[in-house]
Amino acid sequence: MTILALTDLTKRFGKQTALDAVSLDISPGERVALLGHNGAGKSTMMKLILGLLTPDGGTVQIAGHPPGSAVARSLTAYLPENAAFHPSLTGREMLRHYLRLRGQDPRGADALLEKVGLGDAGGRRIGGYSKGMRQRVGLAQALIGTPRLMVLDEPTTGLDPISRRDFYALLDELAERGAAILLSSHALSELEARTDRIVVLAQSRMVAQGTLADLRRAATLPLTVHLAARAGQGAALAQAFPEAQAEGDRLILACPQEDKLTVLERIAARRDLIADFDLSSPTLDDLYAQISGRENGRAA
Amino acid sequence: MPGRVLSTAGIEFRIALRNRWVAVGAAMMVLFSLVLSAAGAGASGLAADPLSVIVASLVSLAVYLVPLIALLISFDAVAGEAERGTLQLDLTYPLSRSELLMGKLLAQLAVVILAVLAGYAAAAAMAFGAGGADAAAGLGALWRLTWTSALLGAAFLSLGHAMSCVARRASGAAALVIGLWLVMIVLYDLGLLAAVMADNGGAFTTRVFPWALVLNPADAFRLFNLAASQAVDAASGLAGAANSIAIWKPLTSLLLWPVLAAALARLSFARVQP
Repeated sequence: MTILALTDLTKRFGKQTALDAVSLDISPGERVALLGHNGAGKSTMMKLILGLLTPDGGTVQIAGHPPGSAVARSLTAYLPENAAFHPSLTGREMLRHYLRLRGQDPRGADALLEKVGLGDAGGRRIGGYSKGMRQRVGLAQALIGTPRLMVLDEPTTGLDPISRRDFYALLDELAERGAAILLSSHALSELEARTDRIVVLAQSRMVAQGTLADLRRAATLPLTVHLAARAGQGAALAQAFPEAQAEGDRLILACPQEDKLTVLERIAARRDLIADFDLSSPTLDDLYAQISGRENGRAA
Repeated sequence: MPGRVLSTAGIEFRIALRNRWVAVGAAMMVLFSLVLSAAGAGASGLAADPLSVIVASLVSLAVYLVPLIALLISFDAVAGEAERGTLQLDLTYPLSRSELLMGKLLAQLAVVILAVLAGYAAAAAMAFGAGGADAAAGLGALWRLTWTSALLGAAFLSLGHAMSCVARRASGAAALVIGLWLVMIVLYDLGLLAAVMADNGGAFTTRVFPWALVLNPADAFRLFNLAASQAVDAASGLAGAANSIAIWKPLTSLLLWPVLAAALARLSFARVQP
């Protein structure tokens, strides 16, 4: 069973294609991260799922219902990016309103505020909240009822590292109760590997999909070796490692995973030239840059 | 559905209270009403009771102020929420666009009515203070002025919503409603006046002019109140026209405008992609 099914979803704004034939299924309890640069099509995809935009091609189905229909709306919760709730209202008033819109008891507002850590701030006006607190009001409204599908647009921007961990703990809890979660982010390192699947959008197209391990395997990113020469041995070292690039007084060397030992042997052999060396694995950001950059290279 | 509309209205009204719209609107109406009443009290040579005289001058005040207040309250309704990013959130809730507009209209209409009531009550107090029990004869005219002001306000609130949808940005919407107010309230009458003078009693004056008056909600408001009232404001350039047009015509116009304007707002809202 799938909660969210996208088939060849396409959206154009004039001549610009904002989303190009994207297909994706999300099942109950699954946490899917949508990754992409600004303008890669993340927000467009979310608006199509929410029924705020109509597609130019392909279909969206939410538990078998068209997006924007009464049933789809009642099943879906949404956290917009940078929602600025009216500064004159208090957090409690805002949530009471959203509870009433969903046909729920407005007395649940305090429990929701408590859950996102705003228990004490509910009576204060949103105008006086910090960015992170406003983001939590948005999160609280997305928790109303038991949404089957949660669409969260950059939910962790503005949250400090501890709040971010709390947020992912909350997502785990929701996923355990069977909610399908689609959240977007512009950095792989923000996700903290707390998602089941990662979907990468670049240039309006889906360029990769899979678990973090899948992506790592597919990417075959090289390790990076930093070499520092002994005093006066810079030129000799550069000759010994002709493929390396100089950066200041250090040399930087890309080393494919399978050549790790070979490179280490070469370093050991020239220990007379080398004062120090460093070996670093590719970071999540490197991985992401490669996945989306590869696509950019092809398009250019 | 009523729950969602009322909740939206409640939130909007609270915002209007805290943004001081309620206070500013009421203060404006009270201030102008008192000034007009004081000025009108000088012309006490008329046969009518003091309240009817004051109502006649309040009509020409309301025709400017009520649309202005209504437009100022309403221009932010859609454009402001779109800018803040809450419109797209609202539209993912089980809340239809009609319900959203209706909720806002209800709350803002309550603000207009409160402002109008405050102003007219101040004027009535002045009339009773000056004329004693005689003023009671004018209560019918005052009541008529009150409910027609509400209709006029409702029409311009919805026109403000339509402008808010067209402009997309709050600053643009503000410019549009000021322009709309100038055209519909000030330039429209000036244009008609110029045309009547140029026409010199010809076909335009007899055939087109009465309809042109009835079609504009502000002029219909003025016509209806002056025609229905016995104390025709002699200073009003419309006095002659008011007598020659059957009273049901401006009344129909006043009743239809809020409905048509709301429909226009709803149609404009349908074109807004958040």
